[in-house]
Amino acid sequence: MKFDLDWGVFFNEIPGGGERYADLLASGVAWTLVVSACSWIIALILGSIIGTIRTTRRPWIVRAGDAWVELFRNIPLLVQMFLWYFVAPEFIAPLKRWVIEADPIYAQFLSAVLCLGLFTSARVAEQVRAGIQSLPQGQRQAGMALGLTEPQVYRFVLLPMAFRIVIPPLTSETMNLIKNSSIALTIGLTELTFRAREMGEYTFRFFEAFSAATLIYIAIALTANRAMALIERRTAVPGTMASGGTRSR
Amino acid sequence: MKKLSVLMVALCASVGIAPGASAQQLTGTLKKIKETGAITVGHRESSIPFSYLDDKQQPIGYAMDLCMKIVAAVKTELKMPNLRVNLQPVTSGNRIPQLQAGNIDLECGSTTNSVVRQKQVSFGPTYFVINVTAAVKKASGIRQLSGLNGKTISTTSGTTSVPLLKRYERTKNVKIKEIYGKDHAESFLLLAQGRSAAFVMDDILLAGQIANSRNPADFTIIPESLRQEPYSMMLRKDDPQFKTLVDRTIGAVMKSGEIDAIYRKWFLSPIPPKGINLSFPMTPAIKEAFAHPNDKGV
Repeated sequence: MKFDLDWGVFFNEIPGGGERYADLLASGVAWTLVVSACSWIIALILGSIIGTIRTTRRPWIVRAGDAWVELFRNIPLLVQMFLWYFVAPEFIAPLKRWVIEADPIYAQFLSAVLCLGLFTSARVAEQVRAGIQSLPQGQRQAGMALGLTEPQVYRFVLLPMAFRIVIPPLTSETMNLIKNSSIALTIGLTELTFRAREMGEYTFRFFEAFSAATLIYIAIALTANRAMALIERRTAVPGTMASGGTRSR
Repeated sequence: MKKLSVLMVALCASVGIAPGASAQQLTGTLKKIKETGAITVGHRESSIPFSYLDDKQQPIGYAMDLCMKIVAAVKTELKMPNLRVNLQPVTSGNRIPQLQAGNIDLECGSTTNSVVRQKQVSFGPTYFVINVTAAVKKASGIRQLSGLNGKTISTTSGTTSVPLLKRYERTKNVKIKEIYGKDHAESFLLLAQGRSAAFVMDDILLAGQIANSRNPADFTIIPESLRQEPYSMMLRKDDPQFKTLVDRTIGAVMKSGEIDAIYRKWFLSPIPPKGINLSFPMTPAIKEAFAHPNDKGV
């Protein structure tokens, strides 16, 4: 079977509006970027906190952290998205009222950001915990011996090293998050994959639409990857394992 | 339009002259079926009552019944009583690529026969005509489409209702907010939860969702139409032999009145899996389509 491809289709006008398909995809890219960025901030902050408390010496805090990670890691992302958007408002009356009155896009955006942020926070927490635990026990003990309090040991000794160590796995999480944002299409958020599907449905040019979406995702993920690599190099402490210099040369 | 009627004449002529495809050189889909010994029918999973899975996960429905008539005709035509019939689920997103790639030979679901789609695929005779309209909660007091001004409306992404709604918004100068469900059940859930004031979709699909809901009496369908759309089975483009067979077979079912019983079975009687009755009598447009079988798109 041969497919005749028409790459000019991006400059055709969409039915019922003065926009072109390229504009449609561009608006999708904007949503993808905004949702990814906002959820990334939530994931990084929450993930760092949860990951850190899981390495403390207080059993109940550790257990709470473990519960958090297992809860968000073990429920499929698609199901979580559905729960946040459709189920959560049913149990919280003020939220339900807001969801009905406000522009639907706010509810979609909030659900998507919360869902992706919390899901990714569980994964970031795992990375951060692993990073801290990869440090030799002696570092914590040395800090304590110097008379630092526990928060100070974390702030000045453990976390600065741990975060440098986990930059590469965090890069993967960033890229995963960007790709996972496409799940938001199931709650009607008009991000890139939604727009690509929509364009396919209008024009029946699915190959062109999804080729474009694929290239855009690659470009975004690659940019995120390069940005993280830059951070890795800039923050590297010479002579340590996490040094970007030794990895790239 | 002219091209189409020329084609129809040509098709009728070829039926008249050729006693059977076996006498002539097989081409297109029929050739493929003869060579592979199998026909693959594409079906939907939740297009009630056209094409959906029953409680045993078997595809059934109004469109499936009609397609099986075509399968039977293929068996006779090719003298292949043991023809293998493969069933392949398709979605509204992949049905056209699946057909073009040859993964399915015939799509039996709830596909609108549109002029845009006719550039890529071909259609059999119209077997149903829907009106695109809105389902609302009775309690909302909305009884006309114009009452939707300023309201939030849910619809299913990837359907023809979306551009239709956009055009209505522009021409009638009304302001509406759209939310998209990923399937009809989700769009209906938005309406049932009160998150949207109306669900805009094909009337028969709305009737299906309402019949399936917990309180069918809470909902009503607005008796107005944004547009009429013919439903038909989809086949590959530029495949005159197979197209002739489909048109002849379905045309005969309609002309003979056999269609009435099939229609009654799916639209006016309790249907599996839950024994729900859609109670959807034939509209004048549907009667017209049966009286004069045609493949005109919108």
